[in-house]
Amino acid sequence: MPDTLVALYIFVLSCFIGYWVIWGVTPSLHTPLVALTNAISGIIIVGALLVTGLDSVGTVAELFGFIAVLLASINVFGGFLVTNRMLAMFKKKDK
Amino acid sequence: MEISANTQAVAYLISAILFILALKGLTHPASARRGNYLGIAGMAIAIIATLLGSEVQSYGFIIAGVAAGAVIGTVLASRVQMTAMPQLVAALHSFVGMAAVLVAIGTYLNHDAAGTLNPVMMGELSVGIIIGAITFSGSVVAFAKLQGLVSGAPVKFKGQHMLNAAMAVATILLGIHFGMTESMTSLVLMTLIAFVLGFTLIIPIGGADMPVIISMLNSYSGWAAAATGFTLGNLLLIIVGALVGFSGAILSFIMCRAMNRSIINVVFGGFGSESGGEVSAAGEAAQKGVKSASVDDAIYWMEDANKVIIVPGYGMAVAQAQHALKEMMELLEKRDVSVKFAIHPVAGRMPGHMNVLLAEADIPYDHVVEMDEINSEFPTADVTLVVGANDVVNPAAKSDSSSPIYGMPILEAAKSRQIYFLKRSMNPGYSGVDNLLFYQDNTSLIFGDAKDTIEGMVTALKGGGH
Repeated sequence: MPDTLVALYIFVLSCFIGYWVIWGVTPSLHTPLVALTNAISGIIIVGALLVTGLDSVGTVAELFGFIAVLLASINVFGGFLVTNRMLAMFKKKDK
Repeated sequence: MEISANTQAVAYLISAILFILALKGLTHPASARRGNYLGIAGMAIAIIATLLGSEVQSYGFIIAGVAAGAVIGTVLASRVQMTAMPQLVAALHSFVGMAAVLVAIGTYLNHDAAGTLNPVMMGELSVGIIIGAITFSGSVVAFAKLQGLVSGAPVKFKGQHMLNAAMAVATILLGIHFGMTESMTSLVLMTLIAFVLGFTLIIPIGGADMPVIISMLNSYSGWAAAATGFTLGNLLLIIVGALVGFSGAILSFIMCRAMNRSIINVVFGGFGSESGGEVSAAGEAAQKGVKSASVDDAIYWMEDANKVIIVPGYGMAVAQAQHALKEMMELLEKRDVSVKFAIHPVAGRMPGHMNVLLAEADIPYDHVVEMDEINSEFPTADVTLVVGANDVVNPAAKSDSSSPIYGMPILEAAKSRQIYFLKRSMNPGYSGVDNLLFYQDNTSLIFGDAKDTIEGMVTALKGGGH
């Protein structure tokens, strides 16, 4: 099976996982869900690292890669941190 | 230290599992924080495994980029106000979109230099660029609207949909041309048109439809990551992209269902506007046969009630009234009044917006109830207090088949014994539809800033009431 087809298999099956997992999320946590998926989509940083870290890169590609690493890192750090901040506020009645 | 491709693949698999468990954690507030930590672990593993792999050889730019991003991200996340969460999310979406575009172009440049381009890869990276660019400029527009940099009102012009369709076709044709000829000009043109398209797609959408738009752009940012995964042959990106893409798609669906509108209708509709003159509120109200009441009237009913339901809307967020509401809730509970908050799925500017604001004010989440659950409780509520919401309690959605909001699921506030609306003016909700609930015999309107009004109620309750 060619690599692209394997990738397609993985993609389609992941869509099913996404479908079932997300329907289970409680509506009260929809804002944290958006923030968390935002942080997780910072996974694009992996692509940015691969572009930037290539030994033989020309200056333009390296520059693009650098900006991509920067933007994706903002997402990763900002996304997880803000999600944590929000989730810390969701409390049960304790008094 | 360098790890083999196989070790890296296993690390990516672990990382993917951790991300799935992270999302799963959001099933309940009690497990949610653990979920977030699992997500952080997944991300750390993915980044470390990538850095240790054989493809990454130079680290200078990477360290600089991550360090700067960490500082900016940390500052943004720790300073942002909870009311500004939709803006932050829009900004972060735009970063993912831009990163996807840059990664795709960088990949093209690298492979071009190495002479290893092939049509499949170029097709994949075209898709990544188109989705990424639309995500970027669309999110920038959403950010500008939410932040109030531009008017939240829909911007419409003649031939808009035709123009968008033409641009969409053009990006696809240019992408195909690029794949066949490796033409740099096609690549650049395609990218530029996609940026413009993201812009023109979002400007016709009004501020109150933002919950759908935020969800949709959330979805796009996932698909952009997945497309990048196809380009790079990176399975982790594909898995995570699909998870995020579906998450956003499901949220968009839930938001549309809560408004009884199709996604097509939201994207092309340009529903209503938010502007409108603030004609002397009480005067106009009297004209229309609406009763207005004072803070004391409402307190008179609330302090002896068994059950009070509060319906918060975007107006509560604007007035920052959530902290005052919490104080009022405590004072009422001291008098053995049960207080609950009823949440409509599209209240606010993003999915779950009200829940976060109420949580910020330390209101326990078991007091905050979703629409389907609370609707059966309205008939037993002595008082329903509507704070900055409007369309979501309009009975016209059930009774008037000619109304634009007909069929939209609503909070059945109309069935409670007494209804008090806190309103700034007689302006209708974003749909521009008159609210039938205003004219009901047991409904009264209290005009003024929501926060001031509630603080007035708090003072009255502290003073011992009547």
